[in-house]
Amino acid sequence: MSIRTKVFLYGVLLVLCVPFVFPTWWMITSSFKPNAEIFSPSLWPSSWSFEPWRQVFTMQPFAQQYFNSAYIAVVVTLGTLVVASMAGYAFARIRFRGQNVLFLLVLTGLLIPSEVTIVPLFRIFNSLGLVDTHWPLILVPMLGPPSVLATFIMRQFFITLPGELEEAARMDGLGRPAIFRRIALPLARPALGAVAIFTFLHSWNLYLEPVVYISTRTKYTLPQALTQFTDAYQGQLWNVQLSAASMTAIPVLIVFVLAQRQFIEGLAHTGLKG
Amino acid sequence: MTDVLDRTASPVRSAPGRRPFWTTRRRDQLTAYAFITPALLGALAFVFLPLVLVVWYSLHEWNVLADTFNFVGAENYRKLADDPNVPAVLRATAFFSIGLVVLNLALALLLAVLLNQKLRGTTFFRVLFFSPVVVSLLAWTIVWGFLLQDNGGLNGLLDAIGIDGPNWLRSGGTAMASVVIVQVFKNVGLNMVLFLAALQGVPQELYEAARTDGAGPWTIFRRITLPLISPTILLTSIITVVGSLQVFAQISVLTQGGPGTSTTVLVYYLYQQAFQFHAFGYGATLSVVLFLIVLALTVLQWQMRKRWVFHEH
Repeated sequence: MSIRTKVFLYGVLLVLCVPFVFPTWWMITSSFKPNAEIFSPSLWPSSWSFEPWRQVFTMQPFAQQYFNSAYIAVVVTLGTLVVASMAGYAFARIRFRGQNVLFLLVLTGLLIPSEVTIVPLFRIFNSLGLVDTHWPLILVPMLGPPSVLATFIMRQFFITLPGELEEAARMDGLGRPAIFRRIALPLARPALGAVAIFTFLHSWNLYLEPVVYISTRTKYTLPQALTQFTDAYQGQLWNVQLSAASMTAIPVLIVFVLAQRQFIEGLAHTGLKG
Repeated sequence: MTDVLDRTASPVRSAPGRRPFWTTRRRDQLTAYAFITPALLGALAFVFLPLVLVVWYSLHEWNVLADTFNFVGAENYRKLADDPNVPAVLRATAFFSIGLVVLNLALALLLAVLLNQKLRGTTFFRVLFFSPVVVSLLAWTIVWGFLLQDNGGLNGLLDAIGIDGPNWLRSGGTAMASVVIVQVFKNVGLNMVLFLAALQGVPQELYEAARTDGAGPWTIFRRITLPLISPTILLTSIITVVGSLQVFAQISVLTQGGPGTSTTVLVYYLYQQAFQFHAFGYGATLSVVLFLIVLALTVLQWQMRKRWVFHEH
């Protein structure tokens, strides 16, 4: 490759980067700008103000809301891993009556986005007295559509495992549950990682469901809380809103940068390779 | 629980001389049913039961505030046909989905091809392009809302080079395009890495053979690369189409469906009808429409795979 081609390619890559990197940069730097300076197009605050970051916590029970989002995402992720890996394993490695029909049923579930079923689900949770609790935000993602996708991904992974491993384990007298736990699951770590990442992000980003189900401020999740900094009496407090947005984005970004290989290659190679 | 089953299943327990009831095959079957039970019950309770209910509800006039729930047959579907907003909503939905899918796949493929070159630092660029995927959706949407305001960052930059930018999210001509662009940059990294993995799976010998035969880069791309990665294109297009029909937060934060109804996509309209106007029956009808669209598009893409997807198992 000639030097000129290289320079050209780097130029294209750098220009293309702008809309991907600039918004995040702008979000974080603007969150430190005093409100008077918020609309100046400077890429760096002229003076750093930590006031917006403090205001996030005085305007809303933000720590509580942060905790809500975090614990819901963790519970959903762990639950999905258990449910999806067990079902995925059974569909991939065990022959049983009704297997094809039941798997087809699961596949059909992939076609039904949770937006389609939100009206009846609201009704169901309402009659159970679970509206304005976190149960719908936990149960539906853990057992509903996203979990169906996770089951499919785990099945696609387990199907690629060589059968000899299981035969050998069986010769050693291991039963199915033990084979699953001690042989298959440890080998499935990349797929489990990919499922964990997208399940966590799905729960972390969930917006329609909290808006529909949750009405008490202390029960809000982060996406819902983020939109509530606009209606303050002093007009739109952009810097406070951007501070809160930064706080939700930065921890995940840090984990991503530290483990970018697992994130990207996990998703690319095991996650959705079908 | 499974341990208990194992113990009762041990041959020691069974009477001597008789074939044990709990054969390996039977035990396997039992394990399989136990393993799939949570997933199946979940799918039944949170996917299929509500799907049946949504069809049932769509046949009712049901207002939560007025506490009415009356069977009205096809009344809601007649209302749907007469609703003057519906054509605009379907147009907005089509505009968003087509715009998103075309731009997303084209940009994802471009980025993947660029990152597949033998260049130093492609890992670094890959991280940058992927990073919006992990930035929380609402944070990403809010900062773009901030940038696209009339006096926001983008128009500030345009101002500096002497261009008077429009009020991106408040004018009919640019609102929908802006929402599409915001969403493309948010998630294109996902399709990019899927394409990148597919590109790296194309055998180098094929490229070399084609070059020996005197094929140019464009011919190689069209005749070798595209056919070989077509299964990935199918997969990403299905995921992206279905995902595009689910867009809600971006609309809700950036435009609230406006100006007028220009960005009122189906899910947003459904939300308005059911949860703002409390017309649950009509909301259910719109849900049925959404489901039928998702179903039709997926079946269509799956059928079309025979015509353009290269190798199939």
